[in-house]
Amino acid sequence: MSDTPGTNTTATTGTARLAAADIADLARGAAILGTGGGGDPYIGQLMALEALEENGPVELVTPAALPDDAQILPVAMMGAPTVMIEKLPSVEQFVVAVDALGRYLGVTPTHIACMEAGGVNSTIPIVAAAQMGLPLLDGDFMGRAFPELQMVTATLFGIPATPMSITDDKGNAGIFTTVSNLWAERLARVVTVEMGAAAIVSLYPMRGHQAREAAVADTLSLCVRLGRAVREARAVHADPVAAVAQVLGGRLIHRGKVVDVVRRTTAGFARGEAKLAGLEANAGTTLALSFQNEHIIATRDGVVLATAPDLLICLDMDTGEPITTESLRFGHRIALVAAPCDARWQTPAGIELVGPRYFGYDLDPVRWDQVAL
Amino acid sequence: MRVGIDVGGTNTDAVLLDGSAVLAGVKQPTSPDVTLGIVNALNTLGGQHPFDPADVSGVMIGTTHFINALIEARRLAPTAALRLGLPATASLPPLVGWPKPLVEALQARTYLAHGGHEFDGRHIAELDADEIRRHAADMAAHGVRSVAVSSVFSPINTDFERQAAAILEEELGGSVAISLSHEIGRIGLLERENATIINAALRELAQQITDALIGAVRDYGITAPVYLSQNDGTLMDIDYTRQYPVATFASGPTNSMRGAAALSGLGNCVVIDIGGTTSDIGVLNKGFPREATGEVTVAGVRTNFRMPDVLSIGIGGGSHVRSAGREVGPTSVGYQLTERALVFGGGEFTATDAAVALGYAAIGDPALVAGLDRDHARAALATVAAAITDAVERMRISAEPLPVVAVGGGSILLPDELPDLGEVHRPEHFEVANAIGAAIAQVSGEVDRVYAIPDGQRDRIVEEAKAEAVDKAVAAGANPGDVHVVDFDEVPLPYIPGNATRIRVKAVGELAMEALR
Repeated sequence: MSDTPGTNTTATTGTARLAAADIADLARGAAILGTGGGGDPYIGQLMALEALEENGPVELVTPAALPDDAQILPVAMMGAPTVMIEKLPSVEQFVVAVDALGRYLGVTPTHIACMEAGGVNSTIPIVAAAQMGLPLLDGDFMGRAFPELQMVTATLFGIPATPMSITDDKGNAGIFTTVSNLWAERLARVVTVEMGAAAIVSLYPMRGHQAREAAVADTLSLCVRLGRAVREARAVHADPVAAVAQVLGGRLIHRGKVVDVVRRTTAGFARGEAKLAGLEANAGTTLALSFQNEHIIATRDGVVLATAPDLLICLDMDTGEPITTESLRFGHRIALVAAPCDARWQTPAGIELVGPRYFGYDLDPVRWDQVAL
Repeated sequence: MRVGIDVGGTNTDAVLLDGSAVLAGVKQPTSPDVTLGIVNALNTLGGQHPFDPADVSGVMIGTTHFINALIEARRLAPTAALRLGLPATASLPPLVGWPKPLVEALQARTYLAHGGHEFDGRHIAELDADEIRRHAADMAAHGVRSVAVSSVFSPINTDFERQAAAILEEELGGSVAISLSHEIGRIGLLERENATIINAALRELAQQITDALIGAVRDYGITAPVYLSQNDGTLMDIDYTRQYPVATFASGPTNSMRGAAALSGLGNCVVIDIGGTTSDIGVLNKGFPREATGEVTVAGVRTNFRMPDVLSIGIGGGSHVRSAGREVGPTSVGYQLTERALVFGGGEFTATDAAVALGYAAIGDPALVAGLDRDHARAALATVAAAITDAVERMRISAEPLPVVAVGGGSILLPDELPDLGEVHRPEHFEVANAIGAAIAQVSGEVDRVYAIPDGQRDRIVEEAKAEAVDKAVAAGANPGDVHVVDFDEVPLPYIPGNATRIRVKAVGELAMEALR
């Protein structure tokens, strides 16, 4: 970040500034945390750049520095990534979403936050914060990307997704109050389609003490550090894949070439499986990578190596560029990195919400470092 | 007889073909004057193999004029971008992310107006004719001579772009060129819009260049139709070129690959073009280059029009050899090979020196590398072969073995057989492969659209899409009896109910040349 280059947020004030010059690194880092999903980071990157160039840098606040009574209104984009690249948001849509929720609650927001650090939703809240002149929480509520809106740490802490606002490009806004976060997901999904399959939502309104407890801390600055690590490793001809594994505290579990990709769309989600024929030290083995928007399970020669909720990250073997499930194709040479998720995802409640069984795979989660390679 | 001419940045190739037989082939430096370059090429061909201009049934031309004009940001028309999508899309206006010098060279003006479609065909907003008229008046007041129109989801519904074009024509008159995004790019608003703006900026130049090309061909006495090569290896006529100059952007590498493949008699193959500094590797499927699936950046602008998927690696004949041959490239002596390489009396150990030292090629003075360590030379060529093999592996799209065709001055670096890949084919006449690629081209029709597919209707919709592609190919001049589908791709779109599926079909056929004469 501009004020504290090469470091995390400063310990003394808990703040740093996010400037236009950080956005390319942040977007690449967010694509890495996207673990194959999370949408096209390019559009989000452009929108954040425009907003920061027009309104100046955004203050980033680490969760620990939030006062109890801070009023946080997270913002996100909901819908089909394939629609988002065609029907771009209006200028006002972000502010309309936050204002609609603030008015319904009768509160004035003090901070904007990001629900999902992976993919396009890492950059959408930057636009809202820049346009509204509000500080942005340095953190999120997934620590990665997941496909559904109830899949957040906030759910584990009993923080309701609603009241939530949902807005379209035309100026329509709606408020949901639902009996569970899963209901919020169901209803919002239907309205999103009616709104043209791309909506901006503001949800999980919360106070400072709640965000301190529930947030996955410092994930936006982590995105910047991840993106920067890849860029700097490439500049000195070091291994960018190793740099990513190091920043995330994870490990390389497979190097391979994509020899087959099978896709099917069921219930609106992009499911499928890629087969990676091992290269170098992994020669002679085959790894099957199952995905459902994000990468869920890595199985090598019948042995499950790692599963969600830990992070399974596909990187180009040479450049370290993150690869989305949509762009997986024959011949791609991939380094698969497994890295730990936020610890709260590994509790029984976390596993119930985002473990392999939720995605339809009948197995217990396998941790990123559990299997001897 | 057909004449193929490929005008490159450095050289102009020309061939005279009878069927698939090369009657004459010439290569000469590209002339800065378009007309003169074509006349010289035709004269030289005639000198090599005298022919009656009346016997020529078609002239196929590949040219880099348009992409070079864009890269050099010269001769671009004052251009406006009109986007239909309000109230959506305003968060990223047209020209976002463009290099500033190019925006200035276009004297670009951008306009947002109401309109656009949802993914399912509903209107985002109704078109406002008065709003477009006001924009048109502003364009006229600012001397705009070419307009790019983009509308949200126009690849699904083209109505608004067409209606806006009609209003603009009414207001601005016929002298202002109008380019519509659904005719140029795919889903992905910014990239499609960018490609359309580039096209719009080149429309005046397209008129001038095509006039010059036609004039030169007619002056030589050839009355046959003139066609230009497109990025995908098919042909377009002069009228089409005037409307879609961007479609010529990658015709150089495409013609080179297709020419090399045709000379080798191979439809499915990998083509490796090894130059002085880099090697370009592309894959042909049924004679056509595989297209890049994602975005393609041209002159610093992200676009999504049809371009061949070419992988470039930093290895060529002029590449430096270091570390006893374990490292080759990416630095190179480039075009100064004949001054700086050892075999030419220079002081730098290049890949070409290794090939000459081992007797694979006779270039320069072999005596000058007689003292070179043979092991180092062998190691250097092994490094080259490994890097090329690796790049070819990356470009393969299936586990099926693919024959390898090597062309270009640097192809002397490759052995006759590559480990894992097999025999390396080296076609004759490859110095004029580009012109042959132009001369043998066919015409195509393409459909690329998102369909909502009701249960049990998939087969019917696929058949309709294929029939539409075939019809488009025929409309573009293909012989109806010969058109066939060469490419079909079906991708379901996640998160959207109703089985929304993007279907792409490409059909090609031989030019119905006799019918046109």
